[in-house]
Amino acid sequence: MTAGASVLPATTSAANGAAEAIHVEDLHKKFGDLHVLKGVSISARDGGVVAIIGGSGSGKSTLLRCINCLENPTSGIIRVNGEEIRLKPDGRGGAMPADRRQIERIRSRLGMVFQSFNLWNHMTLMENVIEVPVHVLGVKRDEAIAAAETLLARVGLSEKRDVYPAFLSGGQQQRGAIARALAIQPRVMLFDEPTSALDPELVGEVLKVIADLAREGRTMVLVTHEMKFAREVASHVVFLANGIVEEEGPPEQIFGAPRSERLKQFIRNVGG
Amino acid sequence: MSASDTTIDRLARASLWWQPHRIGLIVVAAALAVAAAVFMRWDWLPNYLGLAVYGIWTTIWILVVTSVLGFALAVPLGFAQVAGPRWLAWPALWFCTTIRGTPLLLQLWLLYYGLGSLFPQFPEIRQSDLWPYLRQAWPYAVVALTFSYAAYEGEVMRGAFAGVARGQLEAGRAFGMSRMTVFRRIWLPQAARSALPTLAGETVWQLKATPLVATITVIDIYSVASRVRQDTFVVYEPLLLLAVVYLCLTGVIVALFRRLEARVPSRLG
Repeated sequence: MTAGASVLPATTSAANGAAEAIHVEDLHKKFGDLHVLKGVSISARDGGVVAIIGGSGSGKSTLLRCINCLENPTSGIIRVNGEEIRLKPDGRGGAMPADRRQIERIRSRLGMVFQSFNLWNHMTLMENVIEVPVHVLGVKRDEAIAAAETLLARVGLSEKRDVYPAFLSGGQQQRGAIARALAIQPRVMLFDEPTSALDPELVGEVLKVIADLAREGRTMVLVTHEMKFAREVASHVVFLANGIVEEEGPPEQIFGAPRSERLKQFIRNVGG
Repeated sequence: MSASDTTIDRLARASLWWQPHRIGLIVVAAALAVAAAVFMRWDWLPNYLGLAVYGIWTTIWILVVTSVLGFALAVPLGFAQVAGPRWLAWPALWFCTTIRGTPLLLQLWLLYYGLGSLFPQFPEIRQSDLWPYLRQAWPYAVVALTFSYAAYEGEVMRGAFAGVARGQLEAGRAFGMSRMTVFRRIWLPQAARSALPTLAGETVWQLKATPLVATITVIDIYSVASRVRQDTFVVYEPLLLLAVVYLCLTGVIVALFRRLEARVPSRLG
């Protein structure tokens, strides 16, 4: 990878000099009358790992999904690798991508990992991993397969390459989904509560894969409930409450010396 | 797996198949066939064999052509109702409801006796290249049966498209797929797979709708049986043979769809 491919631990690899990979500014999102995000700004630098934490309903998943416009923001500025997503009014008081080509191109460089895996269930694991490289990015099929074999080996699923998702455990599906996201050689990985839908005994295998990615200096934005994990891998933690960034900073500060009352209470409750 | 394993498997499966109730049924069927051959009149059969083969061929090609064309129409009909703009969704719904809400025989006659008798009044049509087709009966049969299949299968595809999980499509969008790619690579394949079992049933229905084309002078296998009755006054034997032909065709359809279903993963999600 670019900036942080050093031997430095992940927490220090987000050098302040690194370029900004994700920049979100004054983001608002309304679902009807429900004001979910009320002017949120976050930033992720190349090689940095930003963990977004917060209670349920705090808008953290919505924030992540706005970055690649899976959810259209109501207003705000989103920049990916310095390129601003052009938005236009959607005619209902919100905004939508103005240029479909642009948003599709940007999305194809953001590796999204979903809470419910969402591997395509009519394709084998191998077909899932090569689908986007072959049919969106125009990579040759045999090259895509060679790259996918390496990735599946990395997440420990080489033997499962010809298996359909329905025959994999949740942990295997999620590791497969991470391989699928890595296959597009993403500039940034987006994780939307990647372990929330997993049985407790399967959480560890998925977190281990994500931690490895953090260690090699991959840029990631991670929405998570796993506080211990966020503390270990994140270079920057954002605490979201009631649709605003209540507090943010390095993990030692957020978990070790929380300032706001809400964050103190949150950490007490989740036992971080 | 070694070769001997598979041999043992096959033998085990074969011995499972030869169960007492199956043997009993086969004996009964054989007895019925022999009784029919011995006690009934089949002397007319050689005279009509050529016509019967022609009729069976007509039934088969009408079934295949209208099912394939009907499915090709059913995909946009179903999709328009699920994801189309209102000016597309509404006509699709209207089409499916109207076709499903009126008897196929009526549609067939409206097309053949209605449109078919209207066309010759226009010299432009009579002089067009299409006229050699429009003056025959089979194009009307094909259109009516195609519409019927499309309407019923359009409803099935509507449900199948709506049934594809949102997350599946969202994953496609999240990785930068265009709408067309999402449709082609994810939405349609998953919908078609879930519609497959229903498709088999609809195709059997379609087979049993084909005799209606005999009412507009298309010579299918059903009309051959009628011809035999008119010519020779033999009533039961042709009908019996007709039943066997339809049963065999149904068996072939069911077997073909079974094979198709076996090729796609049994569990989808």
